[in-house]
Amino acid sequence: MNDNIDLSLLSGVLDEYAAVKGSLITILQHTQDIYGYLPKEAIELISERTGIATSEIMGVGTFYTQFRFEPVGKYLIMLCQGTACHVNGSELILQTIKDELGIDDGQTTEDGLFSLKCVACLGCCSLSPVMMVNEDTYGSLTPDKTKKILKELREAAV
Amino acid sequence: MRIVIGQGSCGIAAGAEKVRQALLKENINASVAGCIGMCYLEPIVDIYDEDKLTRLVKVSESDAPAIAEYINTGDRSKIENLVVSDEDSEFLNKQTRIALRNCGIINPEKIEEYIEKDGYTALKSCLTEKTPEEVIEIIKTSGLAGRGGAGFPTWFKWNAARQSEGEEKYLICNADEGDPGAFMDRAVIESDPHNLIEGMLIGAYAIGAKHAVVYVRAEYPLAIKRLKNALEQAREKGIIGNNIFGTDFSCDFMIKAGAGAFVCGEETALIESLEGHRGMPRLKPPFPAQSGFWRKPSNINNVETFANVAWIINNGGEAFAAMGTEGSKGTKVFAVTGKVKRSGLVEIPMGKTLRDVIFDIGGGMKSDKPFKAVQMGGPSGGCIPASLIDTVIDYKALGATGAIMGSGGMVVMDESTCMVGMAKFFLDFTAKESCGKCVHCRIGTKRMLEMLERITKGEGKEGDIELLEELCYAIKDGALCGLGQTAPNPVLTTIKYFRDEYEAHIKDKKCPAGECSDLIEYSINAEKCKGCTLCARNCPVEAISGTVKNPHVINIDKCIKCGKCYSICRFDAVVKA
Repeated sequence: MNDNIDLSLLSGVLDEYAAVKGSLITILQHTQDIYGYLPKEAIELISERTGIATSEIMGVGTFYTQFRFEPVGKYLIMLCQGTACHVNGSELILQTIKDELGIDDGQTTEDGLFSLKCVACLGCCSLSPVMMVNEDTYGSLTPDKTKKILKELREAAV
Repeated sequence: MRIVIGQGSCGIAAGAEKVRQALLKENINASVAGCIGMCYLEPIVDIYDEDKLTRLVKVSESDAPAIAEYINTGDRSKIENLVVSDEDSEFLNKQTRIALRNCGIINPEKIEEYIEKDGYTALKSCLTEKTPEEVIEIIKTSGLAGRGGAGFPTWFKWNAARQSEGEEKYLICNADEGDPGAFMDRAVIESDPHNLIEGMLIGAYAIGAKHAVVYVRAEYPLAIKRLKNALEQAREKGIIGNNIFGTDFSCDFMIKAGAGAFVCGEETALIESLEGHRGMPRLKPPFPAQSGFWRKPSNINNVETFANVAWIINNGGEAFAAMGTEGSKGTKVFAVTGKVKRSGLVEIPMGKTLRDVIFDIGGGMKSDKPFKAVQMGGPSGGCIPASLIDTVIDYKALGATGAIMGSGGMVVMDESTCMVGMAKFFLDFTAKESCGKCVHCRIGTKRMLEMLERITKGEGKEGDIELLEELCYAIKDGALCGLGQTAPNPVLTTIKYFRDEYEAHIKDKKCPAGECSDLIEYSINAEKCKGCTLCARNCPVEAISGTVKNPHVINIDKCIKCGKCYSICRFDAVVKA
């Protein structure tokens, strides 16, 4: 899968930020926006251009929950684990997604369609339980509603 | 007529943008506003006829033609079913709004609408008529304290940064709202970004900073977008940049997106993160006021704190201090969520009680189950039981319960919430979010989580409660930063107020709230069961047997306690105990 990492996509970001001190997190965020995750090749290039050791980049990258080191599926499901969602039954939604897709937190389905990630509070507590799929937020989830959303997404992808 | 649709993140998730599109098809061009805070009624459409407001709630796309007809013909019968009830209007009427004063009213994407509401007049009066010392004095009179959680006097921090030697200083806004269950900062940025910018510029002037930085959660894309837009507009108007309002005060602005780490709410960890490092707290002293961002004097306040500043300058410190209690002045915003009937943002003067917020404004419980507790302060706070519902909202009074004011998250729980489960939930959070620097926090929270997991599985042992308490105090003493020092609070408060629930888990292997799946058993009440076979057909492990029109039975040995039968039964015949 790493054969098709086009590192030239990074040059704009690196030209802008490589010399600006304190920009590592910003660079990693842009990198992830481009590739969907942080490819090893990109990290090596960032290290080369910024002079920051790859070990340090990995240290920063693994510290923050935003960063991923594996490609994600077409749909990234971010299931909120905030307090209000917990009180309103997010556990049941998690179980439903796991059962429906056969994946655990942090995994991607074999067809590359869905990735599941449990995240900290999304700040839509009044609609709890909540999940985000890519940019869209879905609230007041029930197991049945969740199944329906997943089914619709799967159909939309075909 | 002016039509306004609330479009905060919650509103959009509830379908506000779809409603706006549907109205467009009816040739009605509604303008965008932020979040009014009545989240439970979203999507909301406000129709202003001169000054008269008609508020429509829980609007769906299919209501668009009726709304259009009302707007075109004035026939109110078309929309009568959508108009907000008097009871729901009370949710807002009972509030006193300062930080949220423009939220849901003005268009956050237009600086003109903010300026119309006296926007940037406070900044102008500071820059042209007041010395930085005078500004700090007004904030001192107001009694404004940090709204992010600690409640430290704002003037004191500003003064310390002002007194610090050095040409280069930084004014930083902590918009890394990580406390699960709190979303007022998101609402302020999404709904009234200029109010934040104005408050920050006044702060920058007061401490003598030429650089302002907003550190905002990456999970809030809409807030980042609206803030960027607001900064551009302010720049165009010369409100940000060089020689603001023709004075010799200059200040630039920068947005940094956080990358998801709760500990970055701690100010020195936030600074580390701003510098591009792992967000691990620094040793204090030196405090940021002496040595902060790039080791320069820095001052950090949170969003809600800044959102009060322009109002205080315009109305005077005394007006702010006139509200509240001896030790807690002004108003505070709460994000009221959970099992409460009316959830949303509530801004009230300090000195009101929890009962005022949860019952009077929040409308009490949404189910018929009684109120059990309210969780305040998130992972650093605690659970306040029903018996203390009349506790006054005041930094000290709340602290005395073992919880904290915190950033204002108020998660309401009824009898169906397990308190041991709640403690486990928060420890799971802090154990994951511990940065790993201090042994007590890194390993202590992990050990506590393991014990709580055991207890909720029915594997608790005699002495577990005492051991938990011992660990709590060890972590409190041994951790460097606020995250570790407060991480035990959810455990300590639940032990303090719900010890019997811990004992039921440990000794009787029962979960009184019926939430811990390992400790509950499902059975079928033969008298209520109609033999409809619905449960048997839906049981994933075929643990239910019975014939049509005869009571069914659950085979406990096969049952995986998924709860499917319990939620699907139409006759309440499945019993959870």
